[in-house]
Amino acid sequence: MGIYFLCLVLFSLGVWCLFVKKNLIKKIIGLAITEYAINLFFILLGYKIGADAPILEKNNLSIVSVDPLPQALILTSIVIGLGIIAFSVSLVMRLYEKYKTFDINKINNLKG
Amino acid sequence: MIYIFSVLPLISAFLIFIFGRIKENISWIIATLCSFILLIFSFLTIFSNKVLVYTVGGWKIPFGICLVVDKFSSLFLIVINLITFLSLIYSFSYMKKYDRLYFYYILFCLLLAGLNGVVITGDLFNFFVFLEIASISSYALVAYKGGKEELEASFKYLILGSIGSSFILFGIAFIYGRLSTLNMADISNSLEFNYNKSSIIFALSLFIAGLSIKTALVPFHAWLADAHPAAPSPISSMLSGVVIKVLGVYGLSRLIFNIFGFNYNLSLILIFLGTLSMVVGVLLAIGQWDFKRLLAYHSISQIGYVVLGLGIGTPMGIVGGLFHLFNHSIFKSLLFLNAGAIEYNIKTKNLKEMGDLSKVMPITSNSSLIASLSIAGIPPFCGFWSKLFIILAAFMANLKLAGFLCILVSLITLASFLKVQKYAFLDKTNKNFQDIKEVPFSMVFSMSFLAILCILVGLFFPLVKDYIIEPASNVLINGKDYFKVILN
Amino acid sequence: MKNNGGMSIIVKRITRITVSLIFLFGVYIMLHGHLSPGGGFAGGVIIALSFIHLVLAFGKDFAFRYFNKTLAFFLEGLGGILFLVISLLGIFIGGIFFLNFLPKGSPFNLFSSGIILASNFAIFLKVGAGLFSIFIALSLYRLSEKE
Repeated sequence: MGIYFLCLVLFSLGVWCLFVKKNLIKKIIGLAITEYAINLFFILLGYKIGADAPILEKNNLSIVSVDPLPQALILTSIVIGLGIIAFSVSLVMRLYEKYKTFDINKINNLKG
Repeated sequence: MIYIFSVLPLISAFLIFIFGRIKENISWIIATLCSFILLIFSFLTIFSNKVLVYTVGGWKIPFGICLVVDKFSSLFLIVINLITFLSLIYSFSYMKKYDRLYFYYILFCLLLAGLNGVVITGDLFNFFVFLEIASISSYALVAYKGGKEELEASFKYLILGSIGSSFILFGIAFIYGRLSTLNMADISNSLEFNYNKSSIIFALSLFIAGLSIKTALVPFHAWLADAHPAAPSPISSMLSGVVIKVLGVYGLSRLIFNIFGFNYNLSLILIFLGTLSMVVGVLLAIGQWDFKRLLAYHSISQIGYVVLGLGIGTPMGIVGGLFHLFNHSIFKSLLFLNAGAIEYNIKTKNLKEMGDLSKVMPITSNSSLIASLSIAGIPPFCGFWSKLFIILAAFMANLKLAGFLCILVSLITLASFLKVQKYAFLDKTNKNFQDIKEVPFSMVFSMSFLAILCILVGLFFPLVKDYIIEPASNVLINGKDYFKVILN
Repeated sequence: MKNNGGMSIIVKRITRITVSLIFLFGVYIMLHGHLSPGGGFAGGVIIALSFIHLVLAFGKDFAFRYFNKTLAFFLEGLGGILFLVISLLGIFIGGIFFLNFLPKGSPFNLFSSGIILASNFAIFLKVGAGLFSIFIALSLYRLSEKE
């Protein structure tokens, strides 16, 4: 139970970093930490104590393995996270070109 | 054959990727053809009597992904494909001043693939993947023009949308951890036995938080007012007319009515969120002088009506909510296309700089008048009947404060749109725009089609209610019994 | 910069050996995706890394003679269409979308388990070309002077 609580702490740390830090690059790092914390939580759900990796080998065909389904799902989720981070980095680069700063308090052209 | 709703836009996106660089118009032809075929298919799904279930790859139901089209999905399929088709026809003339247009059409086709995939899937993780495809395409489309404000709006939308998706994934993790299945029908079956475990309640609250960010209900609405005006106009009409409904309202309805089961606490949450969105949205919208920003704030208010109607939970309330969703996609898309037409001619969005356009742009001003009367709830246009259903349902369910607030918000909406009509089209004291002509034919076609649809749905609303809305609401009212059909 | 772009001569000498090793390793991980961990996505990332290695060590002009932007775009589109064609072929052969129609041989062989090998190849092309395009777009982006 303690390890799930640590995943939640990592998630909260990512969300805190996303809200509090003023630099745009640090906000992207906070978003990345949030997504990886959720991926870690999902994989840890499938763990059984004393089990092996879910790979069949020729000499032992019946093994007790951890749950392989979350591992396939998280592969998809990691790819989605990669896409979001690549897009946000290119967006931040173009924002720097237009506003000449990385500080979020100075990028407030849209008000009201 | 249900998979064609998601596979055909993907095929056309890759075809545009290869062939779109050769000539300018090929990308528009491929995208519009794909959208037209899907529109015909989505009308064909109304006529089937039973639920269409398709197992991908031949794997049996709890082990593989299944695609499910019932009457609730076919309502959303009609809305998505109709508005996409009209927006694509509109963008033929509107987007001509931008170059490298093939990227725009590729992103549009990917958005269509994601939106269609969300409503046809019967598996919870597949729902999340299609939600992400649609969301990332819309983040990129909001930033399409590349100016200062568009990039800032897209960044804000990206951060808040990603937090919402993270909450949804977290909720899926909890459900998988407790029930060890991801099929929607199987989850609904297993939840009858262990509903009160704390992990399930926590998963439900994470889902409501994540999906409310996608729907832009009121404590979570900060991205909408910046993202919708900054997008190009056909994308604004898609975002406001389709995306916030499909990703948000469809997700909330499936989860709350069909999978988790509707009870008193969920009804209170939905009524509270709906009423708050209604009131705050319209109060923020009165003082706006930017046309598209005003329309974006009114979107928050009208989605509040829909969520209030769904939250009341009686059959009349659900019918009113879904009918208002259908009507809102028609008239809000029409209003955004009108704003785009004005911007195409005069290059401004500020209401104080417009004036006296009703003589030089007759079709735009007449369709805008029809849409404004419809959103304010004036008979016989379509908005009147759906608001009447929601107000009657609120009073019959003994929610007198909510019903009174509905009427008050409707009056304030009428005032706000009368202001828009005066300043944009009828103000004779401003500069004269004598050398402006009407917008090109493709934009006129989309706007007049939507205006005629507004009038027709208003006059023939019993037909629409019986064939499209009522079967959809029956799916939600039957609740958890509905998924037992699939497991056989 | 000395030596017309890229890094010093020691790095260039070593890169000639390591690029081909990384390429081979990426193809191995992709081909054995159904037998050991890895598969299309991991193989694609390693392939993209080998081309990025080439760009970093030799400079942009030398590396673009062998693998330029149009080739990357073409391979990316080809990978996407190949994946869709494989999944649609299931309809013509068996009648169900995404059916596993290739022969499934005996376990632990290279050519077992049907269409998984072909879809791994399609994902490999798409991810490799896509990551290389992201790297090119982010690193060779010049700030425009007129704005």
